Amino acid sequence: MRRSATIGGIVVALIVGGAVSGFAIAWRPAIAAIEPPARKSFDPEMIKRGRELAALGNCNDCHTVRGGKDFAGGLPVPTPFGTIFSTNITPDPETGIRRWSEEAFRRAMRSGVDREGHHLYPTFPYDHFTNVSDQDDRALYAFLMTREPVVAPARTNELPFPLNQRFVIAGWKLLFLHRDAYRPDSTRSAEWNRGAYLVEGLAHCGACHTPRNALGAERASARFAGGESDYWSAYAINAQSPAPVPWNVDALYVYLRNGWHPDHGTARGPMAEVVSNLSSVPASDVHAIAVHMAGVLGSPAPGRDRATVVAQAKPAADKAAQTDPQGAAIYAATCAPCHESGRPPPYGGIKLSLSTAINAPDPRNLANIVLTGVRPVEGERSPIMPGFASSMTDTQVAALMNYLRARFTSRAPWKDLAKTIEEARRTQTAFLQTSAGPRSMPTDPAQRDKP
Amino acid sequence: MMTLKVNGRDHQIDADPDTPLLYVLRDDLKLNAAKYGCGLGQCGACTVIVDGRAVFSCVTPLLLLEGKQVTTLEGLGTAQQPAPIQRAFMEEQAAQCGYCIAGMMMRSQALLQRNSKPTDADIRAELAPHLCRCGTHMRILRAVHHAARLMETAELPPAKSGGAQ
Repeated sequence: MRRSATIGGIVVALIVGGAVSGFAIAWRPAIAAIEPPARKSFDPEMIKRGRELAALGNCNDCHTVRGGKDFAGGLPVPTPFGTIFSTNITPDPETGIRRWSEEAFRRAMRSGVDREGHHLYPTFPYDHFTNVSDQDDRALYAFLMTREPVVAPARTNELPFPLNQRFVIAGWKLLFLHRDAYRPDSTRSAEWNRGAYLVEGLAHCGACHTPRNALGAERASARFAGGESDYWSAYAINAQSPAPVPWNVDALYVYLRNGWHPDHGTARGPMAEVVSNLSSVPASDVHAIAVHMAGVLGSPAPGRDRATVVAQAKPAADKAAQTDPQGAAIYAATCAPCHESGRPPPYGGIKLSLSTAINAPDPRNLANIVLTGVRPVEGERSPIMPGFASSMTDTQVAALMNYLRARFTSRAPWKDLAKTIEEARRTQTAFLQTSAGPRSMPTDPAQRDKP
Repeated sequence: MMTLKVNGRDHQIDADPDTPLLYVLRDDLKLNAAKYGCGLGQCGACTVIVDGRAVFSCVTPLLLLEGKQVTTLEGLGTAQQPAPIQRAFMEEQAAQCGYCIAGMMMRSQALLQRNSKPTDADIRAELAPHLCRCGTHMRILRAVHHAARLMETAELPPAKSGGAQ
């Protein structure tokens, strides 16, 4: 299906690209290179604000590769169309953005065009960043221009013809880059609007949590209905959320701020990096995001509070144990010692009846977590779980996953688990090798309020 | 009763299926190279090789090991006839207190079996799950490179059962 979508995507992109490749539409002028501004020319308050905004925008996540320097780029981003590499946004004059004026930076954020006039691939989420204010772009610019410069030339993207022709992107933008997508709603509170501004703009939540169409654009009709990122499924965070206990403002705030919540467990995969960043930004911004997203998630049906969900969990002697005795035995020996220890999250395992991964329609996240566990965050107390990739066979992982699904949910069994597990083994190896992973941000907490 | 294959030999084990492999190795089979460190799969001291891959024996229950080959440090070589990995760690004096070293050697062995010429970066990435509090990391790094050279030039290690896949 992915292949036909890709071929369909290429065909449509060809037609669209051909139709709109009129020079006038695709051409963007270069913006003159500038003499690099002195560090002292940036207001320290502005730089500090820029640091918080960069954390809200999760910039470091894509623009830093494992073992590489901060913001120096080089992370391979897998897409259905090919692999796109993030670029160097440190102030290096030759390979970074040191010769970019603020105007050039703002144009990149707003319309996805680099200083020299090349269209940028929408893996850089300018469909969201177009909503960022001039003031915030200025602070981000001040922050990035005062980072340590790193010499790191861009890596060549691995895209087939014609997608490797950047004029094609101009067609994509005609269809999908809408500068009026976000408008304040005067009937809502200031905090709700602040949350909307962040969610739709810099925080670009929909980039992972909204499903994409055949051309790789977010589907406006399915906002926050669940997407994917780096081979992880990004859960639906609208009314279709698979969380057993529904989210509310308080839970969202605690989770986004601390990376875990007793009713929901810990953030993993790419979301671990997001919450790591959100721990270093103003609490009021995280709260505004929580208020806004609680509205998107909607009011849940009654009777799904924690106590009820836990009480409704099926007894261990449930028929799940009889239909899948191998899975039951693996669970008892391998998972239960932590997940039934009664030690609360984040240092004890969450009660699995509360697990979103086990309730989700897509089994990928559970496969990922069983295989690779939860890595500790360097320099901080953080949740951990050992991965079982080396000690369990695919058959054992499948038996365990089937059992967990039957024992802890009343949802239909997953299909095609063997394929999911095989893919998870392959992709998680790649993800762990390239992703810089969550870090204490910045490493020295004493620096958090400094430029 | 289950049959556990360790270092090429079958052992009849009478233990609950949820017993961690580490307890069986140390308490029942008296193979004490693998160490108890954290019991959470976070320090690496208990690492052994199962079917060619390094695993934390403290979080690996017996029931996952049906039909699999377990190799411990004792299965690689002896004090009289050390395997290349052991010789290299001794010659580089890579141990200080030594508590982490058996685990370090086992994961390095697994690495060298699938990649005979690892780079510094390969070794660092591979050994990242292992903690050493004495700070002999640079010597460990040298020892793994040294072992790679020994394996290339020397005759086959005395016992490789279950290790190479």
